[in-house]
Amino acid sequence: MTERMTGAQALVRALEHVGVDTVFGIPGGAILPAYDPLYDSTKVRHVLVRHEQGAGHAAEGYAQATGKVGVCMATSGPGATNLVTPIADAYMDSVPIVAITGQVASAAIGTDAFQEADISGITMPITKHNFLVTDPADIARTIMEAFHIASTGRPGPVLVDISKDALQSETTFSWPPTMQLPGYRPVTRPHSKQIREAAKLIAEASRPVLYVGGGVHKASASAELLQLAELTNIPVITTLMARGTFPDSHPQHMGMPGMHGSVSAVGALQQSDLIIGLGVRFDDRVTGNLASFAPYAKIVHADIDPAEISKNRHADVPIVGDCKEVISDLIGAIEASGQKGDYADWWTVLNGYKQTYPLGYDEFEDGSLAPQYVMERLSAIAGPETYYVAGVGQHQMWASQFIGYENPGTFINSGGLGTMGFAVPAAMGAKMGRPDATVWAIDGDGCFQMTNQELATCALEGVPVKIAVINNGNLGMVRQWQTLFYDQRYSNTNLQTARRIPDFVKLAEAYGCVGLRCERPEDVDAVIKKAMEINDVPVVVDFVVHQDAMVWPMVAAGTSNDDIKIARDMAPKWENEDE
Amino acid sequence: MSRHTLSVLVENRPGVLARVSALFSRRGFNIDSLAVGPTEHDDISRITIVVSVEELPLEQVTKQLNKLVNVLKIVELDPTQSVQRELMLIKVKADSESRSHVLELVQLFRARCVDVAADAVTIEVTGTPDKLEAFVKVLEPFGIKELVQSGMVAIGRGARSITDRSLRALDRTA
Repeated sequence: MTERMTGAQALVRALEHVGVDTVFGIPGGAILPAYDPLYDSTKVRHVLVRHEQGAGHAAEGYAQATGKVGVCMATSGPGATNLVTPIADAYMDSVPIVAITGQVASAAIGTDAFQEADISGITMPITKHNFLVTDPADIARTIMEAFHIASTGRPGPVLVDISKDALQSETTFSWPPTMQLPGYRPVTRPHSKQIREAAKLIAEASRPVLYVGGGVHKASASAELLQLAELTNIPVITTLMARGTFPDSHPQHMGMPGMHGSVSAVGALQQSDLIIGLGVRFDDRVTGNLASFAPYAKIVHADIDPAEISKNRHADVPIVGDCKEVISDLIGAIEASGQKGDYADWWTVLNGYKQTYPLGYDEFEDGSLAPQYVMERLSAIAGPETYYVAGVGQHQMWASQFIGYENPGTFINSGGLGTMGFAVPAAMGAKMGRPDATVWAIDGDGCFQMTNQELATCALEGVPVKIAVINNGNLGMVRQWQTLFYDQRYSNTNLQTARRIPDFVKLAEAYGCVGLRCERPEDVDAVIKKAMEINDVPVVVDFVVHQDAMVWPMVAAGTSNDDIKIARDMAPKWENEDE
Repeated sequence: MSRHTLSVLVENRPGVLARVSALFSRRGFNIDSLAVGPTEHDDISRITIVVSVEELPLEQVTKQLNKLVNVLKIVELDPTQSVQRELMLIKVKADSESRSHVLELVQLFRARCVDVAADAVTIEVTGTPDKLEAFVKVLEPFGIKELVQSGMVAIGRGARSITDRSLRALDRTA
C-alpha cells in the first residue's frame, strides 16, 4: 500500500496506524500543517489544552492509567520548551510518552529563526531517545520507531521534532515501514543461572524482603508478585511508584519505604539479610544515606535496565529482565528446588513494628481539619477502584500513606522529578484513558495554582475529574522543612490562600466546574459524597486544612534510615537494640 | 583512578557524537581524549574515548552508553592487547643553528618534518601518549611555538574485528 500525500498527512496516518486515539496539544506556526489533516481524522481525538505542560502531563496520566503510549503535540520554540518539564518527569518515572513538536523549516534551522529552539538538543538528556525529521519520507518510520522505543524495554519519553517543510512537502506513504534501530535491543529474558542464584539466596535467607518498585506494574506482573509473595511468605514493601501493585490489605504488606515510609517498611529493609529488589532503582529517597542502608543485606536486583543494577547499591545477584518474566522464573526455580525458608522469627519482629508503629496522625484541638483524615475518608468513600492522582509535596505523601491501594496502577503521581502541578492535567489524561473509572486528583494549594488552567479543558472536553485541593495555605512540604531545619523561619512559603486569593470555589465555577468547600471534619463525608454524585462536570473541593500538619514518619535528607523519626524527636525502638 | 580506552561503534548519523559526549558530562565523567571518524562500513562511525575512572563508574558509564539508541557496541581495549596511537603536530623554533639538533631528535623519535620555514619547523609525530610526552619534553628547550594533538585511536591486536557482529545487526535492519 503506497500513497502520495503530504508529510503532515503521513504523520496523522502513522499515528492512526500505531493505534493512537488521543493527542493532547496546542497548535502553532511550525506544527500547523499537522493540525489540518488531524482535523479530519476520525480515529485520533485531539484535546486542546491550555498550556503545553498540561499536554505533557495529560499524556503521562493517560499512559499510566492505560499502559499505552501517551501522546502530546506542540509547536516549535516555546511550545516545545513548555514540554520540557513533563518530558523530564516521564523520563524519571519511566512513563511511555511520545512528544511531537513542529520545528522551523529545515533551511531556517540554526539561524535563530522565529520560534526556533533546538528541542532535540534541549531534551537529549531527558528523553529515552529523540529524532529531528527534515525529510517527509522519514516521518512514518520515525513515528513507528518512536512508539516502539517509548513502549518497550524500560519505557520512557521519545520526542519527534519535525520541520515545517517536511510536514508540507509531498512524500510516498506506505505502512508498515521498516524500523532501523540496530543499536536498540532491550533484554527481557532473565538469565536462568542468575534466577537459580536468587532462588538459592532466598532459601538461605532468614530475613528477606521483597522491595517492589514501579517496574513490576509496568511489566503487568502484580499477579505474579502476589504468587511469589504467598509462595515464599516473604514480606513486601511497595515504593511510591508501586503503590497498589501489591494489595495494601494483604497481611504480608509492610507499607512504603523511604523518607516518609512506614517504620515496618523501613525497618524491614534496614534489618533484612536479603533484599529482592524488583523493578526498583535504590533511589536516594528510599535508601537514605547509602553507606548505612540495609547493612546486613545481600542484594538480588532485577530490572529491565542494566544501568540501574549496581548503580547505587552493589547487587550480589544482578538480573536483567522484564519483571514479569523474572518473577515467573523465580517462582519456577523456587518450586523446583522444593526448599522453603523459615521466616517465623522475622515475622515476629516485623509484625511487632507494624503493631507498635502504625501510621497515625494528631487531630487538632481547635476542630480544624487534619489533611490525613481527608485521605482516610476519601479512601473509604471513593474506594480502591478509583484512580488517585497526586501532585508533589505533603498531600502526595499523605495520599500515599492514608489511602488504601488494592489495585495496580491506581496511584499516579510524580515520583522521581517531583513536579508540582502534575495532578490536574495528569488526572485529566487518566480520566480520558479510563472514562468509566472515577478519577480523584489530590492536589496541594501550591501545586493546584501551577496548572489549574486545565480545568477549562476538562470542563469543555467533558472530562469530569474530581479534584481535592488540600489547602493549607502554604507550600507545605517546604514549610515542614523550615519548621524542622530552618528554625521555623518561614521564608516565602505562605501562599495566603486563607485570604481567599484565589477563592478556589469561585475559581472552579469560573472554569465551568462545581466548586465545593470543606473546613470541618464533620463535613468531610458529606462533601466527598456530594462530589461523588456529580459526574457530568469536574468538581473541585477546597479542603481547608490546618497548616501545621506534618508528614511522619520522616528520615531527614542524607541521614540513615535507622534514624527515622515517627514524630518530632521521637524514634522507634528497633528490635536488635536490646540484643 | 585508572585510564580506560573505550571503542564505541555508533550509527553514522547527525548528533550522535553530541549524545555520547553529553552523556559523559551529564553523568559526571571527564573525558581525557576523544576521537571520532569513519570505519570500513559507511553506516558506522567509531569513537575512541579515553576516561580516567574507577572500575565501578566505568561499568556504569558503559551501561549508560549502551542505552543510547544509536550506540551499536562498546569494547574496552586493554593497552597490552591493542595498538593505541595519538597524532601530534608541533611547530618548534629552529633557525640555521638549531635546526640540525631538532632534526636529529625527529629521527630518534621516528617523527617526520612536514614543513620548514626560516626560523621554525613543523613536525608530525605519532605514538603512545608516553612517547609524545617524552618528545615534547626534549623539544621544549628549543621553544615550542604551537602544538596540536589528536585524540587517541586504538585497535585490538590479532585477527578479530569488533565491527563484524555490529555489521550483521545493521544488515538485519536494512
